[in-house]
Amino acid sequence: MIPILLNISLTILALAMLACLYRLIQGPTRSDRIAALDTIGINLLAVVAVLSMRQKTEDYFEIVLVIGILTFIGTTALARYIERDTVMEHGGDKLDR
Amino acid sequence: MSLIGELLIVILVLLGALFCGLGAFGLVRLPDVYLRSHAATKSATLGVLCVLTGAFLFFYFYIDIVSIKLLLAIVFVFITSPVAGHLNGRSAYRSGVPLWKGSVQDDLKPVLEKNETKENDSQYK
Repeated sequence: MIPILLNISLTILALAMLACLYRLIQGPTRSDRIAALDTIGINLLAVVAVLSMRQKTEDYFEIVLVIGILTFIGTTALARYIERDTVMEHGGDKLDR
Repeated sequence: MSLIGELLIVILVLLGALFCGLGAFGLVRLPDVYLRSHAATKSATLGVLCVLTGAFLFFYFYIDIVSIKLLLAIVFVFITSPVAGHLNGRSAYRSGVPLWKGSVQDDLKPVLEKNETKENDSQYK
């Protein structure tokens, strides 16, 4: 029962990532593309969890953690870049004044 | 006991995958950045939480592993995914992405305008 279910879940998640890919290519604004990238990352995390269940190994959990952290940091950096045209403000300018 | 655990895992994982699919459907079909972000963030968070909880129960029931890493991933996704959606929506509003023409309420606009006039007044005094 469980292997069939895992295959069905993988299919649904792959279709969801395809839909996000459509929005990533099509999206009218940059924010649409960022939202699509964020959703692709989150779905990838679910795919890795399902794969680890399917292969009955716990070695993939580090990958789950790293994908979660990288998705959050990437979305934050891209949103900051859109909002104020830089990712990090230059702190050295204050010292020069 | 085994049957109940299996049924629980099946329901959790399938429900999570369906929620992820629903979020992606909303991401394609909704008309606006803000509505799309709403659909994607909420349903993807809930779906991934269901899938990860199902994986945690699977490893607990069948391989006798209590995975702290998976618990950490669940807590991390639960905290950071809504924050990322909120940051994306705020940056979209501040960079001037227009609302959908059918939107009826915009609570942020008067607040931002008031702040701007206050800044201008303090600049000229």
